[in-house]
Amino acid sequence: MAAVAVSVAGLLTLSACGGGDKQESGGGQAAHKVEVFSWWTGPGEADGLKAMREIFAKQNPNFEFFDAAVAGGSGDQARALLSSKLQANQPPDTFQGHAGAELQGYIKSGKLESLNFLYDELKLKEVFPQQLIDQISVQGQVYSVPVNIHRSNVLWFNPSVLKGAGIDGAPKTIEEFITDLDKVKKSGKIPLSIGSQWTLVHLLESVLLGSLGTDAYNALWTANADWSNANVTKALENFKTILSYAGSPQDDWQPAAKQVADGEAAFNIMGDWAYGYFHNPPEGGLGKESHKDFDWAASPGTDGTFMWLSDSFTLPKGAPNRDGAIAWLKVAAGKEGQDAFNPLKGSIPARKDADQSLYKDYLSWDLEQWASDKLAGSIQHGVVANDQWRQAITDAVGLFQQDNDVAKFQQALVAAAKNSGQ
Amino acid sequence: MTRVRRWLPGLLLVSPSIILIAVFVYGLLGWNFKLAMTDKHDEIAEIPGNFVGLENFTGIWSEERWGLSVRHAIVFTLVFVGGALVLGWFLAFLMEKGIRAESGFRAVYLFPMAVSFIATGVVWRWLMNSATGEQAVGLNRLFHYVGLDFLQWQWFRDPGWGMAAMAIPAIWQMSGYIMALFLAGFRGVPEELREAARVDGCSEWGVYRHVVLPMLRPVTLSALIILGHISLKVFDLVVAVSGKQIITDVPATFMWTAVYDSHDPAKGATIASYIVLSVAVFVVPYLIWDARKGKRS
Repeated sequence: MAAVAVSVAGLLTLSACGGGDKQESGGGQAAHKVEVFSWWTGPGEADGLKAMREIFAKQNPNFEFFDAAVAGGSGDQARALLSSKLQANQPPDTFQGHAGAELQGYIKSGKLESLNFLYDELKLKEVFPQQLIDQISVQGQVYSVPVNIHRSNVLWFNPSVLKGAGIDGAPKTIEEFITDLDKVKKSGKIPLSIGSQWTLVHLLESVLLGSLGTDAYNALWTANADWSNANVTKALENFKTILSYAGSPQDDWQPAAKQVADGEAAFNIMGDWAYGYFHNPPEGGLGKESHKDFDWAASPGTDGTFMWLSDSFTLPKGAPNRDGAIAWLKVAAGKEGQDAFNPLKGSIPARKDADQSLYKDYLSWDLEQWASDKLAGSIQHGVVANDQWRQAITDAVGLFQQDNDVAKFQQALVAAAKNSGQ
Repeated sequence: MTRVRRWLPGLLLVSPSIILIAVFVYGLLGWNFKLAMTDKHDEIAEIPGNFVGLENFTGIWSEERWGLSVRHAIVFTLVFVGGALVLGWFLAFLMEKGIRAESGFRAVYLFPMAVSFIATGVVWRWLMNSATGEQAVGLNRLFHYVGLDFLQWQWFRDPGWGMAAMAIPAIWQMSGYIMALFLAGFRGVPEELREAARVDGCSEWGVYRHVVLPMLRPVTLSALIILGHISLKVFDLVVAVSGKQIITDVPATFMWTAVYDSHDPAKGATIASYIVLSVAVFVVPYLIWDARKGKRS
């Protein structure tokens, strides 16, 4: 009896799969459908996607936009599903990916088409910053179109907590930062709020950049990088000292940011998506007033450098509707599309010719910095290190959190760089 | 011809499931072991992977994260299996005394079983929030209200015993089921035997010690197997409570990051093999014992 039940269940699953397949191939047959795969389902980002979608519909009446978004903040679930689709050679027409090294796996396994032709056609090399093009090129080829830019190295702080601790303004250097953390500790507040493990990797990238300087940081991701030198040791020592002032880890970045907004903690280092969370009215955010309830500055020691990350769209080889995908990429790369998407998502356009009047408050500061700063790529958000390397760094940070052993931490980072195959 | 007629219909009836299990369970298990013995450390299709024997199986022990996740799995298993057995047994012991509204209590204790580990994990993540003092929420806040502040702790973020905290939701979820098993076991002890023991001058405690408990041994063994294999491959609960953090890493979460984040199929397959083997250590002796018993009777 049990055996029969098992086989019946097996048949049911099989037929369920069959049904799914039929639906999918049905979608492919409608030649004008463009399947756009993303993880933009949250508040803000989904609205931005919708705005771009409307522009796409207006410009391309013969194509139909098909939203294949998979929920999940950093795209974990989406990417797991995507990699199985690509392995089965059933790519969507275009998919979202962090611009930079995160795409290397796809590039190496030949899943992506080079977009140099599109960059030439639209003269994109003239409208994107040269350093951005350099940092996302692989052997002279560009494989994705960046839609937006987020900033990773932002220090968020609570002005009244700082005042209470006798601190005049945001710290400029790592040394000042450590002194300030100590002052806050003496005043009885949490000096630095942190979230789950990935927020520590995020913190690490800002500390590395602030301690090493932009050029030395960028050199870490080149072929002859030296992770074993004394400067890196010093940076990791700084990381250890800064972590010793951290409060108890929160579940994710939002509760950690909330500690700053609520005046329980003084500092938090998080990407600029935190601005929307601080500023937006309740439900989607905390409804706080900028410069009064919360404020920001470049993370210590990184003023003049923009640590960036970017969402981008790609052209998979064998896309069922290649023309439709290219039409979408044109919207994503265009001024109109980027200016529609970014104010809603809370990020800035990768293009230099954006309409500045659309970007207010934090975003106008952000845009100004983007135009003038040197660039460095984020680790946690897929710019400088490929997936293997990033995972090895994440593991090293997780283990360091347990034992606080700097020497072992550095060894692990050296090994991670060597084994990354990048 | 008549002999064929005797076995053929039965075989036809079970053959779909035999084929499906052969392909989708044992076939894929074999494929997984084969993958684990190659050097396919990149998911790019063009790299076939060469046979390297047991290199991956021995190499993984030099990784600190692996040692940590194994230790976590052991702590979790000991606390979860022990806790659920003791609590389940105790609940059954209380029910067995024939209390009023027994079926109502039984349903209440069994209900958590109906919840998935994911839902349990989401709720307990909040209950086991690690903030203490003024910012405390969840259980820590409860302790604060009733003046038991010294009981506040880091729960699953505790570096030493975090995995013991992780076992609490699992105990909450499974002890009702274990209670049901034990209750059936208790009821399976004939009243005559207890009577006989009492007549022979046995105390009530002695009745349990010498008559009821020995007869519960098969039930205990089944419960142990069921809990043990759930525990060794626990994934959903850990992910729902803490995500993929090293602090609560177990082999199954390590496997997930190896496959989907590090893109290392051979390593993922190696970890999967270890999980299967560790469950087999539990299950196979039981199956052998069960088969022997079946033959005897």
